[in-house]
Amino acid sequence: MSITDPTIDQTTRTARTTLSTLDVLESEAIHIIREVAAEFERPVLLFSGGKDSVTVLHLAAKAFWPAKIPFGLLHVDTGHNFPEIIRFRDETAQRFGLDLTVARVQDYIDDGRLRERPDGTRNTLQTQPLLDAIAAGGFDAVFGGARRDEDKARAKERILSLRDEFGGWNPSSQRPELWNLYNGRHLPGEHVRVFPISNFTELDVWSYIAREDIALPELYFAHEREVFDRDGMWWATGEFSTPREDETVTRRTVRYRTVGDMSCTGAVESTASDIDSILAEVAATTVTERGATRADDRISAAAMEDRKKDGYF
Amino acid sequence: MTLLRFATAGSVDDGKSTLVGRLLHDAKAILADQLAAVTATSAERGFLGGEFDFALLTDGLRAEREQGITIDVAYRYFATDRRSFILADCPGHVQYTRNMVTGATTADAVVVLIDARNRPTEQTRRHLTVVSRLGIRNVVIAVNKIDLLDYDQAAIESVAEEVKDLAAEIGLDTPHIIPISALAGDNIAAASDNTPWYTGPALLELLETLPSTEEDTADLEPFRLDVQTVLRPQGGLAPGLDPDAFRDYRAVAGQITSGRVRLGDEIDIHPAGVRSTVVGIDTADGQLESAGAPLSVALRLADDVDTARGSVIAAGGTLPPARRQLRAEVFPFTAEGLRSGDRVLIKTGTTSAKAIVTIDAKRNLATSALEDAEVLAGNDIGLAQVKLAAALPVPDFREHGPAGAFLIIDPQTGNTLAAGIHTPEQELS
Repeated sequence: MSITDPTIDQTTRTARTTLSTLDVLESEAIHIIREVAAEFERPVLLFSGGKDSVTVLHLAAKAFWPAKIPFGLLHVDTGHNFPEIIRFRDETAQRFGLDLTVARVQDYIDDGRLRERPDGTRNTLQTQPLLDAIAAGGFDAVFGGARRDEDKARAKERILSLRDEFGGWNPSSQRPELWNLYNGRHLPGEHVRVFPISNFTELDVWSYIAREDIALPELYFAHEREVFDRDGMWWATGEFSTPREDETVTRRTVRYRTVGDMSCTGAVESTASDIDSILAEVAATTVTERGATRADDRISAAAMEDRKKDGYF
Repeated sequence: MTLLRFATAGSVDDGKSTLVGRLLHDAKAILADQLAAVTATSAERGFLGGEFDFALLTDGLRAEREQGITIDVAYRYFATDRRSFILADCPGHVQYTRNMVTGATTADAVVVLIDARNRPTEQTRRHLTVVSRLGIRNVVIAVNKIDLLDYDQAAIESVAEEVKDLAAEIGLDTPHIIPISALAGDNIAAASDNTPWYTGPALLELLETLPSTEEDTADLEPFRLDVQTVLRPQGGLAPGLDPDAFRDYRAVAGQITSGRVRLGDEIDIHPAGVRSTVVGIDTADGQLESAGAPLSVALRLADDVDTARGSVIAAGGTLPPARRQLRAEVFPFTAEGLRSGDRVLIKTGTTSAKAIVTIDAKRNLATSALEDAEVLAGNDIGLAQVKLAAALPVPDFREHGPAGAFLIIDPQTGNTLAAGIHTPEQELS
């Protein structure tokens, strides 16, 4: 199917009596997105161009079809993003006819509000620009593509997750989330993060992308690239990730399992050049996507929890 | 591939974390880097020879790992060749009602663990009471640590009998009872050679075949949809669509709460109080001839009826009467509890309404008996009357499921104070 050009007089399908896992997960996500759009003043969707936020955007389009998605997109650009991703982000916003707000970490570094970290990664620097953009835009609900199978802290987070005035997550006082009744009430200055695909696994996301034929950045598919080995990950050579003297650059066929900054995201060797071969690869994998390719999550067992308490995605 | 959501509940030392770890392990859902991280931490804590502390897999928060306790519900994901599973792992001691209710309200099945050596405890009674009051359809009681009874048939069967009697007393008529050892892996993925006298399914086999709530009810329950929003593309059409084709488009969108709707079905609408006919069941993928719970759809109706968020659409003649007074079983979660005279907000379906609570009784969880009360503390279960500012068509939860459920919200802080279920036929205290 394609949601860019559906028509009202498509052939009537025979209803399935038993819904598949993907049908149920899709329906749950659409329900969440409609609830939040109906109950909040000013939602926005965090869009990084990564497969998870692309999936949330696709679900949002389905939730309101044939009407347009009633909220815009927000991206925190670290300045270390892959150029392919920035291009994809802009094309996608245009294709869906949506407003795109970009918060730039570089601006904060340029005027001294943030300082570059000694290790050169900018992942944790995103929090301040994100919170400022949420405040400036008056956004009271912020959709994200986080999944509970990604990380131990995320496994404990609610689908609607309250953030205090400082953007902080308080894991020990989360509201119980009951039936499909979401309580998004919040005080002025607070906002709510919303994770419609909380219950999708990595394999579910890939299966759903395949089923729905969702367009993705080409980085996810096997391609040749100049890379070097650091800490068991393949790093792309580029402005933000340069090899040290003892690191050898080779040309390899690689792909990305997650798309973050060039300075904290590694590639895996793979020949999976289409969605079916990626699906086969994901189904057979023995290492989690974050463990495989994200330096930011290798810092400590509580790396994600600490960032989330601080206001991170 | 279908989906089953289930929750696990048990007391501190019943071996729940071991069971969860065992299920994930046997379903090969633990990946190499997770295993390496857990094995390393286990070694630091004195686990020997590559053995590991399964609890480390599920205790996601720093405070949990530091204190060695599970604080909050954690969600875990695994799949077998036959089914995908979402497991809500509910801690059994701190705020157990809150956690169990949270885990159980979205579950198709609940697995309650007991330690075979301790027989059912007061805590078991509490867990089974919550499960029973919430009307969970599939209840599995796993009698764990049977290796520590040397797989003695007579001893294990006597525990099982006792559990069965307790369950019946609480109102659970047909629980599945499975003797297991989570540590040794008996009757988890496959039938154990250690219990040849047990002829029932292994735990994972049972979970693969239990009906999900929707499968169970879609064709039995009357159709109901709580309207979330009205789709009118006049305000902005999705890119690429022909404006002429959608000029007069208007559909009510929502997730089907129960039952199944077919093209041409007559439906009743609350609060408009009129009857109409379904002329379109739309999704972004095209039109459907029929759709059942829990599908998210948009319905086009034959008549231009006043419908908005909070409207309820139900199969002709099945709309529950709109009531201003609910009789409810309530489950307070917070330290403040709930008291007679509290002014609150009720959220049910896609509506919220102001309400005043009157507490009638408290359930003594040690005896299951009802006692007069005007105040309920956090983690109590009680009966209450809820006077609503607007009349709402809330059905009997025990008959019709989640459409009869509601949240009780503090209007000042916005916090969820309690869960409630409408039980008009409840016994009087």
